Amino acid sequence: MTQTTKAKRERLSPPITNVGVIGWLKTNLFSTWYNSLLTVIIVAAMSWLIPPLVRWAFIDSLWNSSAEACRDIDGACWSVIPQNIKFIFLGFFPSGQEWRPVLAMALLLGLVIYSKDRSRWKKSLAWLWLINLIIMGTLMYGGVFGMPVVETSQWSGLPLTLLLSFFGMVVAYPLGVLLALGRRSKMPAIKTLCVVYIEMIRGVPLISLLFMSSIMFPLFLPEGITIDKVLRALIAIILFTAAYIAEVVRGGLQAMPRGQYEAADSLGLNYNQTMRLIILPQALKIVIPPTVGILLSAFKDTSLVVIIALYDVLKTTMVTLSNPDWTGYSTEAYIFLATLYFTFCYAMSSYSRKLEKDLHTGH
Amino acid sequence: MSNSANTAIAKPPFWRDAEKRAIFFQILALLSVGGISYYLFSNTQANLARQSIATGFSFLEREASFEIGESLISYSASDTYFRALLVGALNTLQVAFIGIILTTILGSVVGIARLSSNWLLSKVAAGFIELMQNIPILLQLFFWYAIFYESFPSPRQALNPMKGVFLCNRGLIFAVPESNPAYTAMGLAFIVVLIIGWFSNRWGHKRQELTGQPFPALRLTAAGAILIPLLIWVMYGSPTAMSIPELRGFNFSGGITVSPEFASLLLGLVLYTSAFVAEVVRAGIQSIGRGQIEAAMAIGLKPGQVLQLVIFPQALRVIIPPLTSQMLNLTKNSSLAVAIGYADFVAVANTTINQTGQAIEGVAMIMVVYLFFSLSTSLFMNWYNKRMALVER
Repeated sequence: MTQTTKAKRERLSPPITNVGVIGWLKTNLFSTWYNSLLTVIIVAAMSWLIPPLVRWAFIDSLWNSSAEACRDIDGACWSVIPQNIKFIFLGFFPSGQEWRPVLAMALLLGLVIYSKDRSRWKKSLAWLWLINLIIMGTLMYGGVFGMPVVETSQWSGLPLTLLLSFFGMVVAYPLGVLLALGRRSKMPAIKTLCVVYIEMIRGVPLISLLFMSSIMFPLFLPEGITIDKVLRALIAIILFTAAYIAEVVRGGLQAMPRGQYEAADSLGLNYNQTMRLIILPQALKIVIPPTVGILLSAFKDTSLVVIIALYDVLKTTMVTLSNPDWTGYSTEAYIFLATLYFTFCYAMSSYSRKLEKDLHTGH
Repeated sequence: MSNSANTAIAKPPFWRDAEKRAIFFQILALLSVGGISYYLFSNTQANLARQSIATGFSFLEREASFEIGESLISYSASDTYFRALLVGALNTLQVAFIGIILTTILGSVVGIARLSSNWLLSKVAAGFIELMQNIPILLQLFFWYAIFYESFPSPRQALNPMKGVFLCNRGLIFAVPESNPAYTAMGLAFIVVLIIGWFSNRWGHKRQELTGQPFPALRLTAAGAILIPLLIWVMYGSPTAMSIPELRGFNFSGGITVSPEFASLLLGLVLYTSAFVAEVVRAGIQSIGRGQIEAAMAIGLKPGQVLQLVIFPQALRVIIPPLTSQMLNLTKNSSLAVAIGYADFVAVANTTINQTGQAIEGVAMIMVVYLFFSLSTSLFMNWYNKRMALVER
């Protein structure tokens, strides 16, 4: 019965308005009257905004010219970047030694790309990171293998930004885990100390800690001992980030079912073994995505060291812009920096989303 | 072994006794924290004595002798440090208050736009969110500030997008109605209507629970809040006099001037935070199961009622906690005002520190003020969470 009707009827293709480009437009842009109105408004706004922007950024612009040539044009003067690229990226690093920060940054970038693959996440990778950071520090500071010493006051530009963020993250992470364990501890004194610390740090802006590091730390130390400025800022960033990591890790610890603790107890494991072998590996795994979020904001927050006059990549750009030749091109320079930050942060956040998907084993 | 299990268990040596060990560790922790604090404290005292820096808060009563660009209360350089800091705190509250309102509105709009069935709108919202979230807030502030200072013309060639509004490198200047007793009365009436509306809404809910008869409190309040002030305005003879900004010499007089510092701080904070708020709103709306909406429609609620009675109450429960923490972030980020020269609390405290040299008191005040904001917020949040917690039956 069914076969005969099927054979008789000719296969009808769907209406032309429901498939292909027209169908897509209909369902996605013009499904209702208000959606159509919105689409028209957005397209109109774009056609009003984008052409002058493109004209400013690409058609009327200069890409690598002298400052004088820029005075005569209406468009963007991107030349401010290539003409000052060395200072923006490396700042006051002594000339002739530029290969050192460049090599350090290349090592870091290489390791970041190498660590992307989750199958390489083993203990050896952690050691590799530690060794790499030590090599980076040595490259920057020098004093061995015939490399002249470069004081940290001369560290500036992109290497400073990267060092502050990566060293900050590497130290803040274990500290944050310890704080989270302390907050979950059954010992009232330790718990109180950790709670007070975490809540206090999370309650104040990073800038107050940076002020503290730049003007109060010197008062804390005995006479004659000084810690340099970069290290003090690094300490402030570490203290700040650790409190936020602690809260994220606490979330992971709280998500562990009681059965896990009880099973560990019944196996006769002590506290250290329980945490190291059972609880932390699972808890830290489920909080990887929010942890990446914290590290991301720590990376963005390193730009705040501008306020205590450290020469990170934002400050070197501002110094460039204070040069009378290049004053007035802030928009171009800041757009360049924004692109730089955006590329890194976007890569990191989309990686974290991918991780979240991969790690979601669905139970 | 089996024999000894029956006999009394031998007490473990004290270093294996969990309780005693806990006490030992806690004493150790307290001692080391106390010791470090004492060490730092004594160093600080020695340093302060050596550099002959005064301590204590007596400087608060001395003359500040620095000017502050903008303030909500009257202030001059001959006022005390205390008054200067008060001006700073009020400025912080002002930018945070306006910022929070604008951020909530913009964030909700973008969050809902992100979920729109319109592909173009959803993509534009997504682009906005990604762009704003991934650029440091400080860089954004500098960017907007630079736009104000470099791209906008001097007051003489001020942009005039519409009548009574001027944009130049002195800020945004716009016309406001000239002061008139009518506006005070209108404002009072508006507040009174809102209060009555709030009570009638509660009463309406109670009556609906008892009798099932709905009371359109929201609609009545909205109508009253618009119509009654309007009526008062007409009763006062509908005053229309405006204070229109005019170019006098090198600057504008009349109207209200929003300084470039304030404008760029507000713009940066609102754009940055609303991207995060948009994600919070989106997650909140998406957290509601389709079944809830279908069930609501199945019992015959209208789309508006579905939104008001089913989606909103549940989404708000998910949205409000992270939303508050974003608002707190906005308040904390407003401390970046110091970088572009808006006189917020941190900026004033920083100037105070530089003038008096009393760094410890200055930083302590900054921390206490912000801790006060965040602790009071978290107290409110605890109260709210308790009130809104799901009562499972």
